[in-house]
Amino acid sequence: MEIILFKAILVLVLFLISLGIAAYSTYAERKVAAFLQDRIGPDRAGPFGLLQPIADGVKMFLKEEIIPNHSNRWLFILGPCIFMLTALMTSAVIPWGMPLEFNGTKYALQVADINIGILYIMGVLSVGVYGIMIGGWASNNKYALLGAIRGSSQMISYELAMGMSIISILLISDGSLSLSHIVESQKGMNWNVFYQPLGFLIFLICAFAEANRTPFDLPESESELIGGYHTEYSSMKLGLFLFAEYINMFISSTVISCLYFGGYQFPGLEYLSAHLPANLVSVISIGALFTKVFFFIFFFMWVRWTIPRFRYDQLMRLGWQVLLPLSIANMLITGGVITFFNL
Amino acid sequence: MSITTEYSAIFIQFLVALGFVVTTMIVSHLAGPRRKTSDKLEVFECGIESEGNARTPFSVRYFMTAILFVLFDVEVVFMYPWAVNFKQLGNVGFIEMLIFVGTLLIGFLYIIKKGALQWEK
Repeated sequence: MEIILFKAILVLVLFLISLGIAAYSTYAERKVAAFLQDRIGPDRAGPFGLLQPIADGVKMFLKEEIIPNHSNRWLFILGPCIFMLTALMTSAVIPWGMPLEFNGTKYALQVADINIGILYIMGVLSVGVYGIMIGGWASNNKYALLGAIRGSSQMISYELAMGMSIISILLISDGSLSLSHIVESQKGMNWNVFYQPLGFLIFLICAFAEANRTPFDLPESESELIGGYHTEYSSMKLGLFLFAEYINMFISSTVISCLYFGGYQFPGLEYLSAHLPANLVSVISIGALFTKVFFFIFFFMWVRWTIPRFRYDQLMRLGWQVLLPLSIANMLITGGVITFFNL
Repeated sequence: MSITTEYSAIFIQFLVALGFVVTTMIVSHLAGPRRKTSDKLEVFECGIESEGNARTPFSVRYFMTAILFVLFDVEVVFMYPWAVNFKQLGNVGFIEMLIFVGTLLIGFLYIIKKGALQWEK
């Protein structure tokens, strides 16, 4: 019973952290954009504009809700709900740090350590495609429809190469799909990125495409499709779409950190855990994970304001004819090296 | 920890997420003003009057992509159990996977030669 209570608290904390990070990612995105373009960025709401996300959130709630006459009413509402729901579900299997200790009992900082770990994330993420597809189709708007089919076919195309690069990870980490196991096998600086540089690159590019971020933001390329699949959305339904996208970015950054950069592991963690109280070590390891996560979130933003958008045929060719064969080759080479050198 | 505990934790997370989404929807429905006009409820099309229906046929390429995705994704799913048991399967397992991937690549080459992945034509 106690463990369930702890997990419930963990779920709530995680939920608040996800929302907080998503909200402040919008702020950070504008600040980073401003910095890269030599502007000031939001600075009116609170000191340095720090209250801007809260002001934006309240504004979203107070806006008029418009459901166009020709749309399918219930599907129109369902779209953003599914997208947000899946975005909030993915954080369940991620190990956030070393276990906490209360009254001599250890509590793992992971909502669910299930043995299908990474498959769970892939599965839930791909359900998110339905949110985009349903939302875009139900709007009964040409731009929304174009955005939706672009978005969904891009997401499914890049899922293949992503799945393949995960297989290479499984090969070198003694075959367990559980994320906590994958993280534990990367003790110290023994990070997967050093064994799988190509796999990491493929995964990173696919993560950009999955999160619909520039240079792969064709589903909502504002200069040609207005807002893409959320053209017709207003009020908090638009808010859910945008918010969920930032949560997805946060989760992608976390998954990249866990798969390739050792999650909460860092050199010296073993020394610390032998000499310091367990709870302090736990907090430090959480800090290590979030340092990596924040770097990748920044990287997502940095790329957005640096690289222009692809053309759609280029995007599809990259996904199918470059990344997919490369990831298959990467998998075979990894498997071959392990088999023939008996590693 | 039992499997039930782990999955009930996922269920709790699902309830929290669902609660958040439903609450947000209801609150934003109640909080916003309602000043509907017929123009506002029209489909948006860059300000000009909207023309025709959006439920029109679109490029068959998207459909092809979806079909190919299903094929290849099933292949990727087949590889997961292999990857998990990779060490136990040893050399034989690796050779078997070479044959499997080889067959897959023949199909992939066929698709490319057929031009199913050509978008610019």
